[in-house]
Amino acid sequence: MSADAPLYQVRDLRLSLPDMTSKPLFGPRPRIEILKGLSFDIPKGEVVGIVGGSGSGKSTLGRTLIRLLDPSGGQVIFDGTDISHLHEDALRPMRRRFQMIFQDPMSSLNPRRTVSAIIAAPLKLQGFDRVRERAAEALDHVGLSRSFATRYPHELSGGQRQRVGIARAIATRPDFILADEIVSGLDVSSQAQVLNLLEQLVADLNLTLAFISHDLSVIRRLCTRIIVLRHGEIVENALTPELFGAPQADYTRELLDAIPLPDPDQVWI
Amino acid sequence: MTGFLSIRNLSVVLAGTPHRLLRSVSLDLPAGEVHGLVGESGAGKSMIGKAILGILPRAIEIAEGEILLDGQDLLQLPPAERRRLVGKTAALIPQDPLTALNPSRRIGPQITDRLVDILGWKRAQAEARAVELLAEVHIPDAPRVMRSYPHELSGGMRQRILIASAFAAEPKLIVADEPTTALDVTVQKQILRLIAEMQSRHGTAILFVTHDLGVVSKVCRSLSVLYGGKVVEETEVRAFFRGPKHAYSAALLAATPKYTDPDTSLTPVPAEVIAAVQAEVEAADGEWRHVR
Repeated sequence: MSADAPLYQVRDLRLSLPDMTSKPLFGPRPRIEILKGLSFDIPKGEVVGIVGGSGSGKSTLGRTLIRLLDPSGGQVIFDGTDISHLHEDALRPMRRRFQMIFQDPMSSLNPRRTVSAIIAAPLKLQGFDRVRERAAEALDHVGLSRSFATRYPHELSGGQRQRVGIARAIATRPDFILADEIVSGLDVSSQAQVLNLLEQLVADLNLTLAFISHDLSVIRRLCTRIIVLRHGEIVENALTPELFGAPQADYTRELLDAIPLPDPDQVWI
Repeated sequence: MTGFLSIRNLSVVLAGTPHRLLRSVSLDLPAGEVHGLVGESGAGKSMIGKAILGILPRAIEIAEGEILLDGQDLLQLPPAERRRLVGKTAALIPQDPLTALNPSRRIGPQITDRLVDILGWKRAQAEARAVELLAEVHIPDAPRVMRSYPHELSGGMRQRILIASAFAAEPKLIVADEPTTALDVTVQKQILRLIAEMQSRHGTAILFVTHDLGVVSKVCRSLSVLYGGKVVEETEVRAFFRGPKHAYSAALLAATPKYTDPDTSLTPVPAEVIAAVQAEVEAADGEWRHVR
């Protein structure tokens, strides 16, 4: 694979699920299309923002990229390998290379395990050596002192918990990280800290990042490219300055107009 | 000036301990005004609303102060009388529309119950009023929605129902506790517009709890900034956004991202500002306890 080939090539990606609200007398349930044939690339080192309203398919898309969900059609090519239908045995060693940070750190960190054990879990699964040391290094990277290693999630503040989630994601030195609404539960000050940290890590660790959010202010700050989703389709895919400078799709403009700026003079309601 | 809602030196503690969660909070809300309560998580903004409505968790008790609603001190009233008064004059729009509705009951009775139980209306009269209210919050086909269960409706629809239900008994005060935090931006805009519309039509005073200064600038006329259970700044919205007086409020505003600003560099509230505001809160009344 040449150096400038994109990390991800997504072609006509489809995903459908059975419609649980319909119960036909005969035959299978009709299927609902969640992702309707998406195609795009994610170049190495890029920070891609995925935005859209609730139910637009942004989380589903993210989870399909790291094969937490199986697509029903199309291809997801990660660094030259089509992972869309790869068997779990073949996928397992590749999972080291794409990791995820979750929205709610409280429910995604095991309350009964110490911070150190939480960060070490993916390292052990992937058969790393020097597990303790690597976990401690991950703590250094996210700006938490090593004394946090023996603490439990409930002893930490929201911002600190999210740092632990980030430490776990970077511990295996992945190429790609999916961050799904990771700052929406935090107040503005912790949000600013986590975003600054993420930006630092992208630069220091050569990461490619997909950042899912419904907050375009946050996206503008962090992302180089933005994909706007609506009803499982891409309505706009543009570089950040272009999208904010001259949004092409009506829906993008609608999203932008809906953001309440901290300014009482903005005509809004 | 004494407002329609007037809180005097309200302090709230963790029961059986000296840990203060609210520190001598005073606040005046004139009838029909929308006032924002902002601050980081743990600052005590929701606690104020809960203290007014009498729905503080068991482990938290009011140590001192007065809550005057329409001239009557709620804290001096016997519990039953207090509930009756609060039920008639105040209501809550909660944060999470899914957990606030009973999943196993239809929408209709969840709106009409309070009218029947608190105001003593006839069931049929309450139902007619509920249909009217649902239309007022722009829900099409109200009779069908009255027969639906919460899971059959979208998040935005559920929040509309809770708004209808809050306005049902024509309260003079509504506590809106982060009513749009669980919604996406386009739905948030619709809901805020709806709250503003209902507020001006009914002339209700609203205490609007939120951590989003963008939202405050759109719906509130005045606001209080809280830190560590203490009001550090109380001011008019326009004055605040022209230039907050308190260093902590200024830092909070600087940490708020703005998409129109191309190279927004996000500055978390600096450590020295936190230290200063902690010292201030501490100096004002005794020892600082970090409660999170």
